[in-house]
Amino acid sequence: MALKLNQSEFEIVRDKGKCISCQVCVRQCSNDVHEYDEDDGTVLSDNSKCVGCHRCETLCPTGSIKIKRRESEFKSNANWTAEHLKNIYKQAETGGVVLTSMGCDKPYPVYWDHILFNASQVTNPSIDPLREPMEIKTFIGRKPDRLELKPVRESGSNIIRFKNNLEPQLELSVPVLFSAMSYGSISLNAVKSLAKAASEFGTFYNTGEGGLHKDLRGYGNNTIVQVASGRFGVDKDYLNSGAAVEIKIGQGAKPGIGGHLPGEKVNYDVSTTRMIPEGSDAISPAPHHDIYSIEDLSQLIYALKEATEYKKPVGVKISAVHNVAPIASGIVRAGADFISIDGFRGGTGAAPQVIRDNVGIPIELALAAVDIRLREEGIRHKVSLIVAGSIRSSADVIKAIALGADAVYIGTAALVALGCHLCQKCYTSKCNWGIATQDPYLTKRLNPEIGTRKLINLLTAWSHEIKEMLGGAGINAIESLRGNREHLRGVGLNEKELSILGIKHAGEAW
Amino acid sequence: MGIKQNNKLVDKNFNSTDMSIMPKIKFLEKKCIINADNVDYKTLNYAIRSILKEIDNSQNSDFPSKINKIELDNVLGQRYIGDGIQTRISISIKGTPGNDLAAFMDGPEIEIFGNVQDGTGNTMNSGKIIVHGSAGDILGYSMRGGEIYVKENVGYRSGIHMKSYLEKFPVIVVGGKAGHFLGEYMAGGIIIILGLCNSINPIKSFYLFDDDEVVGNYVGTGMHGGKIFVRGEISNHKLGKEIVKSEINEEDEIIIQKYLDNYYKYFGISNKEDIRLKDFTKLSPFSRRPYGKLYAY
Ligand code: SF4
Ligand code: SF4
Repeated sequence: MALKLNQSEFEIVRDKGKCISCQVCVRQCSNDVHEYDEDDGTVLSDNSKCVGCHRCETLCPTGSIKIKRRESEFKSNANWTAEHLKNIYKQAETGGVVLTSMGCDKPYPVYWDHILFNASQVTNPSIDPLREPMEIKTFIGRKPDRLELKPVRESGSNIIRFKNNLEPQLELSVPVLFSAMSYGSISLNAVKSLAKAASEFGTFYNTGEGGLHKDLRGYGNNTIVQVASGRFGVDKDYLNSGAAVEIKIGQGAKPGIGGHLPGEKVNYDVSTTRMIPEGSDAISPAPHHDIYSIEDLSQLIYALKEATEYKKPVGVKISAVHNVAPIASGIVRAGADFISIDGFRGGTGAAPQVIRDNVGIPIELALAAVDIRLREEGIRHKVSLIVAGSIRSSADVIKAIALGADAVYIGTAALVALGCHLCQKCYTSKCNWGIATQDPYLTKRLNPEIGTRKLINLLTAWSHEIKEMLGGAGINAIESLRGNREHLRGVGLNEKELSILGIKHAGEAW
Repeated sequence: MGIKQNNKLVDKNFNSTDMSIMPKIKFLEKKCIINADNVDYKTLNYAIRSILKEIDNSQNSDFPSKINKIELDNVLGQRYIGDGIQTRISISIKGTPGNDLAAFMDGPEIEIFGNVQDGTGNTMNSGKIIVHGSAGDILGYSMRGGEIYVKENVGYRSGIHMKSYLEKFPVIVVGGKAGHFLGEYMAGGIIIILGLCNSINPIKSFYLFDDDEVVGNYVGTGMHGGKIFVRGEISNHKLGKEIVKSEINEEDEIIIQKYLDNYYKYFGISNKEDIRLKDFTKLSPFSRRPYGKLYAY
């Protein structure tokens, strides 16, 4: 073999003066980078195995380790990048598909970073959220065509109630939910952290297609249960134990591609949760083979509504693809109560790199197109839109809502709050941060109580920031911002981009 | 009884306008009969669920607790009958039920005196379905447990992604032929195709394909568990590449005989065809990890 590739991506720089040979790094690295040399009492490191997760650097008690990027092992070439070369060497050697994890990291435009939010000056006073009530609660579910109210007398007082029953709704204390991440792709401690944080904060987490572990049944009121093509762990009790059901058609990181949990990750616990034999591959075919059309989708939506007696919202998750707006219109007409749209920068536990980096469209454009289309057709109120695919901060949340979303899903951001360093190696199942792994030695590094606190802190911080930004724009309820594009302006965008986003350029007044 | 019982159910929860036409329900000592004529699926299924709830709670009510059977008459295309039902009850259907019959079902035994449409037994967990006729497409999709017997033929994509788990073991027995894509991605359980159609009910020119074999193309693509038994020869070009064809062994013979006997029993067939168990071909997957070598490091 001409080139067994061991050019390393990272270099471990160890300050020999500071290193006390305590071997913390040796124990912490699941990639066996560090090794203790008994003879001369020093720790040696093999750069080639390092994935750059910064675990050892973070935990080194004397701060003697620094993980550095190693640049320019190859002659620099803007076209033939190191990544292309490395992938070809790898494939020439194995004949296999190159896998990767987390979201697309290529420098496609990030539209959030070309959109600016508004604030009030003089003519429309801003609101101080520390002084005034500020509403960031929202509801996910189908809204009625018109409001019909009736006065009723209840326990001695006159109140107004809806004339007809509302369709089932999810109540969110903040327009942020934790997106679908299955037990199997992430550890039980990670799922527990998400479930607990969602229930304490008054929002929702999503089981992904991995079934519902018995330890999580207690968080049902804050659980969205997913139904994917493999139907893993899906039975009547599963459907009943969640607050809503989400049919997974696609995922932003791998549109049109099925899921595949390799047999070696299907241990006893994962197998009982997914209801499949231990050690067997868990294959989710790319399409649901009972869904080949909008009519078929409608059939599954209503099969799920019948099974849950019309008491829970049923949504559909799709990835943002070129035709997303008409597809979304079809999904509304098929009877979905919410649509989750996952942009091409959305994370994943494992995806072929070529798909992750080349298929799908940015969530900003998809969201704007869908919202406008549904409004034009007069059916926007019939569905809630939850968007995902790299929501990195409260600013992204507020821009998404102004572009037309009801709420956002966060996946990667939540994992980062739990310690993820975006090394993109989740598919190896050796996550040093105890997140994307089932190895008990590694998973115990993530304490679900601490994880819960961190997630709650994140939501608390974002809530404050959202309120500040809302107040600054003179708005006191998040629902008044939804689809309110006048509060957005583009910078550095061309006419076409502005017109798809439905926003003016910075400098243009109302 | 009768109308009064009927009203009792109506009064409880019905307030939505699209449930205006309630079915006529007749209560006999052990069973109740619902006339589904001109009743939409939501109302029909609501009525069934309401009766089942009464049965489940019957210890402390005046509801006739001995009811163990629901008979649906004049069924014409109503979808989702038996969807998600967990009560152990037997339901008999006269007519042609609509799509997704017994989806997510977990317990009941449903007998259909007629044909069934697409999606029967979708993600079914346990229970039994006996079809005195033919079935449409995607029979038993992702079915995890329970048994389905179809007297005649089944359409495309039957038994896709069937899987077994612990004591759950799904079984599909088809008297006639099966269309293309049988048992794709199958991960557990068994499918038996008897190929009896010509003698029981001569359906020579089965519309799905025109050769004399009893299964269509692409059998078991992506299969990684379970077994398919097919009576007669199957051309190799019809098999998915993940499949091995082999002769049946003694253990298989016992299984096939058991379900063959059930088949004859459930459909009341006395002039049994002379079936030689040796004529069955067994299809099983090469590996539980069909895509194990797909990826680089
Ligand atoms: S893989 Fe992580 S823990 Fe191991 S050496 Fe690299 S940065 Fe340190
Ligand atoms: S979850 Fe773990 S393996 Fe995945 S990117 Fe984050 S740190 Fe790396």
